[in-house]
Amino acid sequence: MIDVKNVFKTFFVPHEVQALHNVSYHVNSGEVVVVIGPSGSGKSTFLRCLNRLERAERGQIMIDGTDVLDPRTDINKVRMEVGMVFQSFNLFPHLTVLENVTVGQTSVRKRGKHESIENAMTLLNKVGIHEKAGNYPSQLSGGQQQRVAIARALAMDPKVMLFDEPTSALDPEMVGEVLEVMKTLAREGMTMVVVTHEMGFAREVADHVVFMDEGKIVEVGPPEHFFTNPTHDRTKLFLSQIL
Amino acid sequence: MNDITQTLARVLPSRNTLWMLVFFAGLFALAYGFYVATQQANYIWHWNRIPRYFYYTDTIKVRTEIAGKVASITHKSGDAVVIVEGDGASEFYTVPGANLRVGENETLYMGDVIGTYDKGSLGLMAQGMLITIEISIIAIIFGIVLGLFTGLARISTNPCFKWTAITYIEIIRGSPLLVQILIWYYVIGTLVNNLLVTSGLPQIPEMWFGIASLSIFAGAYVAEIVRAGIQSIHKGQSEAARSLGMTKSMAMRKIILPQAFRRILPPLAGQFISLIKDSSLLGVIAIRELTKATREAVTTSLMPYELYFVCGLMYLVVTFALSMFVQYLEKRSVE
Repeated sequence: MIDVKNVFKTFFVPHEVQALHNVSYHVNSGEVVVVIGPSGSGKSTFLRCLNRLERAERGQIMIDGTDVLDPRTDINKVRMEVGMVFQSFNLFPHLTVLENVTVGQTSVRKRGKHESIENAMTLLNKVGIHEKAGNYPSQLSGGQQQRVAIARALAMDPKVMLFDEPTSALDPEMVGEVLEVMKTLAREGMTMVVVTHEMGFAREVADHVVFMDEGKIVEVGPPEHFFTNPTHDRTKLFLSQIL
Repeated sequence: MNDITQTLARVLPSRNTLWMLVFFAGLFALAYGFYVATQQANYIWHWNRIPRYFYYTDTIKVRTEIAGKVASITHKSGDAVVIVEGDGASEFYTVPGANLRVGENETLYMGDVIGTYDKGSLGLMAQGMLITIEISIIAIIFGIVLGLFTGLARISTNPCFKWTAITYIEIIRGSPLLVQILIWYYVIGTLVNNLLVTSGLPQIPEMWFGIASLSIFAGAYVAEIVRAGIQSIHKGQSEAARSLGMTKSMAMRKIILPQAFRRILPPLAGQFISLIKDSSLLGVIAIRELTKATREAVTTSLMPYELYFVCGLMYLVVTFALSMFVQYLEKRSVE
């Protein structure tokens, strides 16, 4: 489903940083991959390169058979198939919850209004906030906002979902409700790439855990192996610091 | 002891009330001082003559253009129709209100008054006011359109659009409006009208050069306001929109601009209030807007004090109405 080969990415502003250094990885359809690592390790950049919010400067990124970095690729077609959930939710504050979930369907997927609303209500029901459909995002708690953001991404019927630290901006008591929605998605067989610090989630849901540091993938493995018996010293050090 | 302080606290005005009194006393002193000064200068106030600069009635005399006899007088819904016949010619005259000075069969000479009626007209300042409002509204509409597109061009990645926008904004913001108005009228206006005349087309009236100068002046400032408004929207908004698969322009139209609009309303209102006031400069190119009309009224009436005060007040009324309207828009868009 996702195939990343020898990807490099450098940032020049505010100063030169090699964010990704020769990163290669492969995600199969239906897999849940959790990416962990210290801040500045390039895990968010890796995720944002997948739907070209950041453009990798070298290498190859294939999503469902489409070359993301090819200039001839219509990136909007790719993004329709790749849902993204952000750390700071990024809901559209001038639209109601329902409109947040329908705006992409009507304008990008070109669905009818009636069908979009029906679809949106099903998804809002799924994430447990259908009764807030008429409210504005500012009237919702952080956890509720993030669940709306997940529904907004799902409304495009994506084949892949990317989560960029979806619980990092939440109050502790709201983390659970968002993770619960993500677990449901994973059980339903959604292909997911999740950048997170929630080790419990990684242990429970991930098929593979990827550890990144200084723009490189240091270690990859199934969670049971990864958390109990890591190979690299850097991984051991990181795990000892956070667990 | 405690009782006394409590009673005092009740009787004496509070600190705030005291300062409010100081404010009104100051205001009164200023007005009174001004009045005394005008007394010293032997200025005689004629406030009663002001209304005629807004609305006045004229008595219009209907005169016959031929000599002859009044053949008939018929009354039609309050108006009188008088038919005059003489020397094989016949004319009819309508006198509204039927205030006649002739009877049937009366002999008339050319130029005799058949009847009179009163006709109300807008005074000089009311006409100026209407022109000011008309010019301002048209210039505001053009200014918004121009400013929106220039603002978008200003943040475009296309160097041609971007540099065009920067050049335009810098030239307009860097020179005085009065000079721009003069250039529009005496340079561009003459050139354009010359071209039109040589190709046999009608000339453009000066009012449109005035509107052009104001719109283009306002457009440059609106562009900067629009740019700042768009850039104030968090980057995450456009990222979220783009990650749904929206194109750049779709994200701009559906997500960024509606949010930016709320933020730019207050500075936009300030800009348009400036525009209304700046329209007072258009008098220099013979557009009879409010200020120019006031100056003409002053020359004929010799009442500068009243007329200039009223002139300023009229601007205040219009700008205040505009700012109220924008406050209403703001409230509505927050909901």
